[in-house]
Amino acid sequence: MQIDSIDSGIVIDHIRAGFGLKVVDYLNIDTDNQTVAVIMNAASKKLGRKDIVKLENVTDLDIDVKALGLIAPGATVSVIQNHQKISKTHHDLPKRVKNIVKCKNPRCVTSIEAVPHIFHKVNDSGMYRCEYCDHILRPNEL
Amino acid sequence: MELKGRSLIEPLDFSPEEMDMLFDLAGQIIQNPDDYADACKGKLLATLFYEPSTRTRFSFEAAMLRLGGQIIGFSEPGSSSVSKGESIADTIRTVECYADLAVIRHPKEGSATVAARNVEMPVINAGDGGHHHPTQTLTDLLTIRLEKGGFENLTVGFCGDLKFGRTVHSFIRALLRYKGVKIILVSPDELRVPEYVRADMVSAGMEFVETTNIQEVMPGLDVLYVTRVQRERFFNEEDYIRLKDSYIIDLAKIKNAKKELMILHPLPRVNEISPEVDADPRAFYFKQAKNGMFVRMALIMALLGVTKEGESCK
Ligand SMILES: [Zn+2]
Repeated sequence: MQIDSIDSGIVIDHIRAGFGLKVVDYLNIDTDNQTVAVIMNAASKKLGRKDIVKLENVTDLDIDVKALGLIAPGATVSVIQNHQKISKTHHDLPKRVKNIVKCKNPRCVTSIEAVPHIFHKVNDSGMYRCEYCDHILRPNEL
Repeated sequence: MELKGRSLIEPLDFSPEEMDMLFDLAGQIIQNPDDYADACKGKLLATLFYEPSTRTRFSFEAAMLRLGGQIIGFSEPGSSSVSKGESIADTIRTVECYADLAVIRHPKEGSATVAARNVEMPVINAGDGGHHHPTQTLTDLLTIRLEKGGFENLTVGFCGDLKFGRTVHSFIRALLRYKGVKIILVSPDELRVPEYVRADMVSAGMEFVETTNIQEVMPGLDVLYVTRVQRERFFNEEDYIRLKDSYIIDLAKIKNAKKELMILHPLPRVNEISPEVDADPRAFYFKQAKNGMFVRMALIMALLGVTKEGESCK
């Protein structure tokens, strides 16, 4: 499949396959007013398969880098202007995330008390642990 | 090493040295309980029990009263403002206006953390859902220490509900720090320890085994910790009925056990230890209950920073 590159905008690349739509969701990208392309299962030398998100004519998107690192560890964000890549950043699993995901444990105090949702990284396979109840969150539960 | 003003939410909140200090103090109280009758005179302990618990609440209240202190609290949230939807944060802040320290039991996991973060006074976690129960762990450790002198190189078996058994989670977490400890986990597949407990053991490099067969592992155990399968932890009645009698400890099952085995149980028991075991010298669960009060007396004194004369230390 041929995917047109963009003149100007943001390309989020190297998203693990299956997480492209989640990236759009967690980054609160305005899909009503922006041109957003989500490419799924593109071939990748490093990942085998990967997803890519392209945002056309957007250059000043305020990306929540922790959310991106959590959902798509290893993702890169490239800002493109007039066909030129003007910056590229790499995002890995953050040590701690706040108010990005909620605890899935129905017995967790976060289900009844107005407190921030905080998770800490357990290991590099993307396991996180709820600060309050220790419940483990796996990447496929995001 | 100063426990004054601190909270106890989970076992690793205190260092092994701080725990030893508590156990030493508990040992002194056991020797001469009357010497401590005025240690907490003029101090007020609040007991906030959002979940029924006769035993733990009595143990805390008896501990405070024997130290000469006083208690306020509730044991049925239905009869207090918390049933009207007051947050844990608001309740504990209000209680801090009156009390010097608080004990909280709450069905939600992490509730004691939330309580402690909202106040300056010490907060003691008396059980947060299926998560932790650190004062039971102090009790368990004190009982073992009085008998065996320490915790290193022990093989400790856990049997019963290891999934929702908060006393098990806290006890294992406390044992992570002692050298040569081996953990044997015996439970039906449905009631295995939560993933975070396993992750803790892996990252601490602790040797552990998970099995469904108690007979097989019995001869190697120095301590056997039995827990109750609790109805209220199950979402459906059928699962509870199917699993509740999974492992009943009787004399036949401990026939091949070591002579020095210690059988512990956080109590109350239903039928998971047969009454015929009670008279066996290896049964320690009733001694354990008494130690619970003494170690809570030591804990209250340490968190309030009082000496047996009732003076604030330092
Ligand atoms: Zn949680």
